[in-house]
Amino acid sequence: MATLWYWIVAVMLAAYVVLDGFDLGVGTLLLFVARTEDERQQGIRAIGPVWDGNEVWLLAGGGTLFFAFPQVYASSFSGFYLPLVIVLWLLVLRGVSVELRMHFDDPLWRSFFDGLLFFSSALLAIFFGAALANVLRGVPMGPDHSFFLPLWTNWRTGANPGILDWYTVIGGVIALLALALHGALYLVLKTEGDLQRRARVAAGWLWPVVTAATLLAVPATVLARPDSLQNFHGHPAAFLAPAVVAVSLITMLMAIRKGAEVQAFFSSCAYLIAMLCGAAVGLYPVLLPSTNPLVESLTIANSIVGPHSQRVGLAWWLFGILLAVMYFSIVYWMFRGKVSRYSSTYGH
Amino acid sequence: MDALTMHRLQFAFTITFHYLFPQLTMGLALLIVILKTMALRTKNGQYDDAARFWAKIFAVNFLLGVVTGIPMEFQFGTNWSQFSRQVGGIIGQPLAMEGVFSFFLESAFLGMFLFGERRLSRLAHWGAAFLVFLGSWISGFFIIVTDAWMQHPVAYQLMPDGTYQVTSFWGLMMNPWAWLQYAHNECGAVVTGAFVMSAVGALYLLRDGKSEMGRIFLRLGVTSGVIASIVQIFPTGDLHGKYTARHQPIAIAAMEGLFHTEKGAPIVLMGQPNMEQQTIDNPIAVNKVLSFLIYGTTAAEVNGLDAYPKDLWPTTLPLLFYAYHIMAGLGTYFVLLMGGAAWLLWRGRLFTTRWMLWPLLLSFPLPYIANIAGWMTAEIGRQPWLVYNLIRTASGYSQQVGAGTTLFTLLGFMGMYAVLSILWILLVYRIIEDGLDTHTEPAEGH
Ligand code: HDD
Ligand code: HEM
Ligand code: HEM
Repeated sequence: MATLWYWIVAVMLAAYVVLDGFDLGVGTLLLFVARTEDERQQGIRAIGPVWDGNEVWLLAGGGTLFFAFPQVYASSFSGFYLPLVIVLWLLVLRGVSVELRMHFDDPLWRSFFDGLLFFSSALLAIFFGAALANVLRGVPMGPDHSFFLPLWTNWRTGANPGILDWYTVIGGVIALLALALHGALYLVLKTEGDLQRRARVAAGWLWPVVTAATLLAVPATVLARPDSLQNFHGHPAAFLAPAVVAVSLITMLMAIRKGAEVQAFFSSCAYLIAMLCGAAVGLYPVLLPSTNPLVESLTIANSIVGPHSQRVGLAWWLFGILLAVMYFSIVYWMFRGKVSRYSSTYGH
Repeated sequence: MDALTMHRLQFAFTITFHYLFPQLTMGLALLIVILKTMALRTKNGQYDDAARFWAKIFAVNFLLGVVTGIPMEFQFGTNWSQFSRQVGGIIGQPLAMEGVFSFFLESAFLGMFLFGERRLSRLAHWGAAFLVFLGSWISGFFIIVTDAWMQHPVAYQLMPDGTYQVTSFWGLMMNPWAWLQYAHNECGAVVTGAFVMSAVGALYLLRDGKSEMGRIFLRLGVTSGVIASIVQIFPTGDLHGKYTARHQPIAIAAMEGLFHTEKGAPIVLMGQPNMEQQTIDNPIAVNKVLSFLIYGTTAAEVNGLDAYPKDLWPTTLPLLFYAYHIMAGLGTYFVLLMGGAAWLLWRGRLFTTRWMLWPLLLSFPLPYIANIAGWMTAEIGRQPWLVYNLIRTASGYSQQVGAGTTLFTLLGFMGMYAVLSILWILLVYRIIEDGLDTHTEPAEGH
């Protein structure tokens, strides 16, 4: 049952990355691929009705982590205090810039929020990538599993790392590129006209860069934490994740070439999910590795909530997620189709 | 200042700012559902116009609630990690349920409510409004379950590793403190919604005596306002007070400024607590009323602060005393104001009685003050405990996060929230200016 909770948390965070990932990607790219006011509005309208719901996956995922693995929540959130608070500020700025841009019909007001959207979306993508890399690399825990990381030390992994070192910076850059590609493919799917054309060009440029970065990620991770390959020894099923990564990159390329919008976007979803699954498989059963040899890592076994809560939680969680999936189906169905260029209506 | 103080200040500042928005969200959500219901039943398009107007204010307010709520969700871990480690197995549950059951619901149907009016049938649009209302009230419930467990822990067990675990899920959800607190708090949210709606109505009528919108707003605002203001005091406030007296007697003694144990204890209506001499300066007191309010007889003995060791007294006692008296004082004023307005409404004179419209216009900030003061009463009254009788506040914070770091982030929040306040005022002002009796079309955005 405890293992199940590990995967539940992983699934919720993966859902967050796939869903809010395209919001962040669109936010990052919009300044470059949308030139006129009409096109910018088109881009914003493509994410407008859904970004808030997508973001809820982060809150619900964070809440579920708190509930199922309180020790991990307590250690990591206080240990990563500074970057987390910065992430919170960026989330505030991102939400405000999506929603308030349209409120005044003034070019300066709108340009300001376009810039803010770019700034907050791009930095959020980088921070999320760096956060994942921090977890993969491990942190120097004290005896009660607490720690406190400064923003940077000497840019090296090892005994005394900072939030940012060479490895986590790579993680941040990969996330930025991968989410930008994801956002580009979402724009291709949901828009038309010049905006769609430029988004397609951007996707064509981003694909080789993302592929190269993905290839770089594997040796980098092994270098940063050698035992991350352990789970792959003797568990052939674990290789499913890298295999899906490779396949989805290829189908994505073919789809971009052919102009198959739906296939391209879903390949990108599969790519992101497989990358995260690879990371989760590499970590399992650890949730937060300790780089201090005297302190045990935080694992499923030593951080799980009591048995009564695990059982009751499963009941309400299944019920709640079923409802959530239903709401999402309704919303995405209602706002299906393309965002048209001129009129203010959505699709048909 | 030491790290503990900084963590407390940051938490208090961010939660207080957050709570400015949900109280209006929850109050307006109910009132909007009422407007949509009247539109359905009377087929009068003006009620739809009114609902559309309030939906715009709702949207801006909701956005600020969302962006200021996200930091709250994470601060248990960032600022209170020791506390989260010990009781995360308990309070993590309602917090996770809030995300799963209410935030998904709200965020999904808000978009549909705001942008779907043309595409949905009238009934389906009513349904969207209702689900938004449901989501926001469920959200409030789970948060209150969390807070109520800290005020009055139930259904828990101390484990050998020092953590607390839930022994009964229903015990946690059915905590009597939570239900009392929920009733009183939601009622307070309706008071805020009703006062804001009445204020806009009064503004419109003061500007233009024939404003139809102004009349609709006032009719609904004053009617719901008078009901909610009364229920706020009796039975919900009264019961909440009795329950607090039973389970947190020290907090009640401090709230009432009762330094010495007395038979037939008086109630202090006004005064200033004097910590050195342990008396109330310049008191206006009514004899025996406190005994009556708590125990139902005027002769009952009420324990004063002197019955308890000093290290169990709330840490900032005068603030607690003032917060409580501000809440109760304003509550009395609300009943008088709304009662008067409702009487005039009933006699058909309200819309032309300018001396009544002015106070209705000017009073809209007061429910905000009362709600914040109420929370300060509850939270300061709980001190020095973080979880009543189980965990001290001083042992719950993130010890590895230093005072300097926390001061830095606190200043960052303050700066950002100052800008957010300005934006909120600007946007709401514009919506109110635009809304003066213009007929609005269903929104089609995004
Ligand atoms: C419009 C807002 C409002 C008004 C007019 C009142 N209250 Fe209140 N009160 C709240 C809004 C509020 C609140 C914000 O909802 C609180 C804070 C925590 C909570 O659950 O409810 C609260 C808490 C609260 C508590 C709990 C304190 C604790 O937990 O230690 C008591 C005993 C009262 N109230 C009693 C009253 C009485 C006797 C009132 C009238 C004379 C009154 N309140 C008016
Ligand atoms: C329902 C959810 C809430 C929870 C779980 C909660 C929990 C906490 C915690 C952990 C602290 C810090 C420790 C302390 O100093 O006591 C605190 C303090 C405080 N909270 Fe709350 N709180 C909640 C709601 C609110 C609301 C809505 C307000 C006000 C609008 C509020 C006002 C305060 C204040 C003023 C303090 C500082 C008290 C002091 O330091 O003496 N709280 N609360
Ligand atoms: C520490 C305590 C609190 C936490 C962790 C918290 C968390 C949050 C979060 C994350 C959101 C955004 C939801 C979204 O994205 O849709 C939110 C909004 C909301 N919160 Fe809070 N909150 C706290 C205190 C409170 C209190 C005391 C209440 C009321 C009783 C409340 C009621 C609401 C409501 C109704 C919303 C919905 C939208 C709005 O803000 O207007 N919250 N909260």
